Amino acid sequence: MAEISLIEAITQALAYEMQADKEVVVLGEDIGINGGVFRATVGLIEKFGPDRVLDTPLAESMIAGIAVGMAAQGLKPVAEIQFMGFTYPALDQILNHASRMRNRTRGRLTCPMVLRTPYGAGIHAPEHHSESTEAIFAHTPGLRVVIPSSPARAYGLLLAAIRDPDPVIFLEPSRLYRLVKQEVPDNGEALPLDQCFVLREGSDITLVSWGAMLHETLQAAKTLEAQGISAEVIDVATIKPLDMETILASVMKTGRCVIIHEAAKNCGVGAEIAAQISEKALLNLHAPVLRVTGYDTIVPYLKLEQLYLPNEARILNAVQQTLEFA
Amino acid sequence: MTTIATFNIEYTRFLDAQGKSTQTLPAFANDAKTLVELYKWMVLTRVFDAKAVALQRTGKMGTYPSTLGQEAVAVGIGNAMHKEDVLCPAYRETGAQFQRGVKMSEILAYWGGDERGSCFKENREDFPLCVPIGTQTLHAAGIATAMKVRKQPRAAVMVCGDGATSQGDFYESVNLAGAWELPLVFVINNNQWAISIPRSAQTHCQTLAQKALAGGFTGEQVDGNDVIAVRYVMERALEKARKGGGPTLIEAITYRLHDHTTADDATRYRDKEEVKKAWELEPIARLRNYLAQQGHWSKEQEDKWQAECSVQVEHAVQEYLNISPPSPTDMFDYLYAKLPHDLIEQREQAIAEAKLGGGHHHG
Repeated sequence: MAEISLIEAITQALAYEMQADKEVVVLGEDIGINGGVFRATVGLIEKFGPDRVLDTPLAESMIAGIAVGMAAQGLKPVAEIQFMGFTYPALDQILNHASRMRNRTRGRLTCPMVLRTPYGAGIHAPEHHSESTEAIFAHTPGLRVVIPSSPARAYGLLLAAIRDPDPVIFLEPSRLYRLVKQEVPDNGEALPLDQCFVLREGSDITLVSWGAMLHETLQAAKTLEAQGISAEVIDVATIKPLDMETILASVMKTGRCVIIHEAAKNCGVGAEIAAQISEKALLNLHAPVLRVTGYDTIVPYLKLEQLYLPNEARILNAVQQTLEFA
Repeated sequence: MTTIATFNIEYTRFLDAQGKSTQTLPAFANDAKTLVELYKWMVLTRVFDAKAVALQRTGKMGTYPSTLGQEAVAVGIGNAMHKEDVLCPAYRETGAQFQRGVKMSEILAYWGGDERGSCFKENREDFPLCVPIGTQTLHAAGIATAMKVRKQPRAAVMVCGDGATSQGDFYESVNLAGAWELPLVFVINNNQWAISIPRSAQTHCQTLAQKALAGGFTGEQVDGNDVIAVRYVMERALEKARKGGGPTLIEAITYRLHDHTTADDATRYRDKEEVKKAWELEPIARLRNYLAQQGHWSKEQEDKWQAECSVQVEHAVQEYLNISPPSPTDMFDYLYAKLPHDLIEQREQAIAEAKLGGGHHHG
């Protein structure tokens, strides 16, 4: 079996589900003949036709807003927004409507839609193309927020997102799109939503991360292993709702935790995880929970983006502080 | 210099302010039964509206936006639609909703602060009221997209106010509806006021109907206080949409005779003389005069129907007041198809709080 990249796994999942379920429709800007700016939808229009692969006019609120209407009619729209920085015009539709439709009609109308968008820095992109503002969505009741970090999880989690009866924000780490390849059987098997994945078991410290930062986090765990330190690595994967059970079980075992995310520190999802650890596992902790994150600044343009992004050295430094605390 | 495009906006009216016909009436208006039905719906809408305002004033309901003076727009829309069409209303379209199976008690429940008011028992597809202004334009476009890709002979109807035409979502939906030739009818319920901002301050355009031109399809005006005209242009636009003829935009000219909502005081920004003049154009007396002239409506029928409306509305009010209180867990149980694990603890907490009497609503 050929190895495929994360972006190819996205395409594979979309094609699988469109074949399996005729209610699945994809829509967005340049997703038809062009196959999407990152090529996530390549080949779909040829296979499924223009009635199921809708090249839309250029308007992001419109893409989200019509997805709400389509979903209420029983379609399963999978909408693409080209970059996370362009989801903001759609926030009104996502926060005021997609997330609320089931609740405000007491289940009469529902919104089984997926909003896919690439996110994160590190790809030398222009301004507004490098945002990690997942906390905005994670703060919103009624949504699920899912972030894959490998081709296999991208495939399985996207299938689960499309099949989910509620709206899912699916954030694809653009830095990982073509970074690694692995075998991903096209068997239609979804992975569970709302669950963390323990990528590596360990006993000395818990490293919690998601998205592209898992790449550096796993590297750090390897380096630590060489130093005789056993790090458990958790891929949160679904940041809303949070699977705190898995995280707490790990922290209770190790007594130490570092949370790594690319988004700004202030009010980031790491703050929520740290708060819940302090509420529920304070007495198991040997050291304060530390966060390694992007700075509370605007994501810099490409000349400074590597400085902004957490790297292995910053992670190792935080781990060191945590281990030396007591 | 060469002119490469020009436009004209048609205006439709059949009855003048006194209820005299200004031109030959459309075929459906030859049937007295249809006209009486339209009339009855308008009266019921107005009786309901007065009661809803009274419920708010007496502390039995939350803030409520009156539909006074705008009955013909909603009733004309609701009467022209087929059951299988889908309505995306703003919040002054009760006269359309009632005809589509939405119960008066459900509308009262909504404004009384109960989400169950949007769980229409006898209408499963229409959208609930839409408060954020203009966002429903896109929902209707999405519904119309679903109808189009499934090749169904149905249409979506979107109603918004004059203020909503300044929103980006409005333009985005007009643009998409044109580009994709969607089976969608836009109705602008132009009541001249968006809270305190008059129509003249909302846009420099001569008409709101011409906003359709930017989408590449027909925009027209109708006398929104002439229910015959509203029903006529709606039926024509719906027929066209269902047959694959694409969208139409209808600007219905009416007037908001009441404050914006029960929380508003229009005397702060609106001239009394203007309101007095607008009363002379209101839709109900106009059709009543026409029906009376034609011998289709008498004083006895009027008294009888007014009384029956009061009974129906009173019945709805009792239904509303007797509705069981919502369960404390409802705010959790309809968020997702299945309660996620991260909400279990908070749900238990809400149950415990409720048992202690926490969150009890005083007054």
